[in-house]
Amino acid sequence: MELSKETLLAMYYAMLRSRRLDERAWVLHRQGKIVFHISGMGHEAAQVGAAFALKPGKDWLVPYYRDLALMLCFGLTPREFMLSLFGKQSEASSGARQMPSHFGLRRANVVSTSAPVATQIPHAAGIGLGMKMRGDDAVVVTGIGEGSTSQGEWYEGLNWAAVHKLPMICIVQNNQYAISVPSHKQMAIPNVADRAAAFGMPGAVVDGNDVLAVYRVMMDAVTRARTGGGPTLIEAKTYRPVPHSSDDDDRSYRTREEVAEWKKRDPILLFKGYLESKGRLPPALNDDYETRVLAEVDDAQKFAEAAPYPAIESAFGPVYAAEAHHA
Amino acid sequence: MPEMTLIEAIRQGMDEELARDDCVFITGEDVGPRGGVFRATQGLFEKYGPKRIIDSPLAELSIVGVGIGAAVYGMRPICEIQFADFIFPAFNQILNEAARMFYRSGGEWAAPMVIRAPYGGGVGGGLYHSQSVEAFFAHIPGLKVVIPSNPKDAKGLLKSAVRDPNPVLFLEPKKGYRLIKGFVPEGEYTVPIGPAHVSREGADLTVFAYGIMHYYCLQAAALVAKEGISAEVVDLRTLLPVDKAAIVASVRKTGKAMIVHEDNLTGGYGGEVAAIIADEAFADLDAPVKRLCGPDVPGVPFSHPMQDWFMPNPEKIAKAMKELAAY
Ligand SMILES: Cc1ncc(C[n+]2csc(CCOP(=O)(O)OP(=O)(O)O)c2C)c(N)n1
Ligand SMILES: [Mg+2]
Repeated sequence: MELSKETLLAMYYAMLRSRRLDERAWVLHRQGKIVFHISGMGHEAAQVGAAFALKPGKDWLVPYYRDLALMLCFGLTPREFMLSLFGKQSEASSGARQMPSHFGLRRANVVSTSAPVATQIPHAAGIGLGMKMRGDDAVVVTGIGEGSTSQGEWYEGLNWAAVHKLPMICIVQNNQYAISVPSHKQMAIPNVADRAAAFGMPGAVVDGNDVLAVYRVMMDAVTRARTGGGPTLIEAKTYRPVPHSSDDDDRSYRTREEVAEWKKRDPILLFKGYLESKGRLPPALNDDYETRVLAEVDDAQKFAEAAPYPAIESAFGPVYAAEAHHA
Repeated sequence: MPEMTLIEAIRQGMDEELARDDCVFITGEDVGPRGGVFRATQGLFEKYGPKRIIDSPLAELSIVGVGIGAAVYGMRPICEIQFADFIFPAFNQILNEAARMFYRSGGEWAAPMVIRAPYGGGVGGGLYHSQSVEAFFAHIPGLKVVIPSNPKDAKGLLKSAVRDPNPVLFLEPKKGYRLIKGFVPEGEYTVPIGPAHVSREGADLTVFAYGIMHYYCLQAAALVAKEGISAEVVDLRTLLPVDKAAIVASVRKTGKAMIVHEDNLTGGYGGEVAAIIADEAFADLDAPVKRLCGPDVPGVPFSHPMQDWFMPNPEKIAKAMKELAAY
């Protein structure tokens, strides 16, 4: 399973793109241009590693709010993300009805998501059930934080996946906090993935800051799912180097030293170092990437700033679907 | 036209929809070989097999949540909640997910599914096998709420519900399952979701009801007719979206209105009907709007005399009709 140089660089670019877009969102928030941002920073390796094991267009995704990098890999454009930050017309997930990062993208099989955590897990199981009933060899992936695995929805959804051997992969992105609450107050076990045994499915713990490690674990899970072997629970251990959202101040619940320590293990830094050590990322190429990303982010921001707000009338509805929406 | 019971009509409706469209499937507790605790799905497992008649784990939120996932994927689930009393673990999935899917995704996603639940008292079910839950759900834009009162409507409305591109909560008056019999047309037909039905024409007053209370109202109307009172009976059939025009038209005609439901009075559906009348037919009223409802106690008590005290019945309804007519 040797990845080509092109693929490795594409992974790196995907991570960088998500990071720079994300950073810009924080800047826009500080400038008072947007009212809310919830970040995927620090989670890029977990998400890009997962995305590269999938087939966008064929596979299905039921994401959670930190899945920006995963969404970009599935085809969300920076412009579309910016439209959601600004709440502008034609925003792709909801027509700007929802807060930013409540992802959904019909054209890419990314199901609309809400705010109550873990509600998406039974949906993923239902999609897997549909795939199995139809004999579709696609897989469905769902993302969630470790704190949200305390919800009954998580248990009930994974239980279905296990009972029916559904082609479903649940990626728990364990960044060790649920807002302020550390994971040891969330569960009395060291690894969420240990719970896989109780469901009757394979579980894997992986370094979520190592994109290649995540990719390998995902490939196993995807192969298993596609060939009728059933679901997998993957836990990617990572860290959120920024506050929970633009409304949070993390100084009240963790030390600056802890954050600084984790920033040394930033997934983009790690992967950059790896590529450099293999002679795959000369400084000039990295500069090229940075320039390209900056242009994309600038363009997206300009586009969204210039875009109109939705007409008030678009809040009226429709509330009910008038025709069948079949996949 | 064959005569059949309410539950036979519901079963036949499901059977025909399963035969018509192989996207349709049923899941719920004991729906498989056992055929449901009320036998609503009797014989369907034998006919359609375990892939389409799926015994679910004993976990209501997942019955609905998995149904939502299957629905967005393109299937047409019929999810059975064994008793409406046990629907509340799934409340979050119905309110936040199924009902909001279409609006929150700007019309990109929809959750076409039927959630069937036997509801109501009078069967010795006590607090937890007797509840009427319609008021909680008739408050949810994006959801449709249907309650049939007779076999013909039950079959036709259920078929419409399966074909509807929106989530439909289909509440079945369980006391009427074998008590209410009626003629069902041969061959293919549907009854549209939305319109109410004037089931008995009258001149002196209108009584609005649904489910088994509608069945009792017809009996009560026959009782008071002997005393010269001409009561019009309107079967609401669809509680959400409500048929305002039918309510207003009947009140304009009779000038007096009464609402009957077994759900407790305060915050019950009758308040909504009364408000519609106050808004749109105030000048046509010759008497205050009357509500005959279950008492405001936390459930239907088990012991027979207490249950009888709780439940409206034809005699109580006839008495209230006479009072209203005399106003
Ligand atoms: C049912 C529910 N309760 C509370 C919240 C508020 N809330 C949003 S995110 C969050 C923490 C989630 O933590 P975790 O699952 O670890 O994911 P992370 O944000 O760390 O990625 C909370 C409490 C919510 N969205 N939904
Ligand atoms: Mg967390």
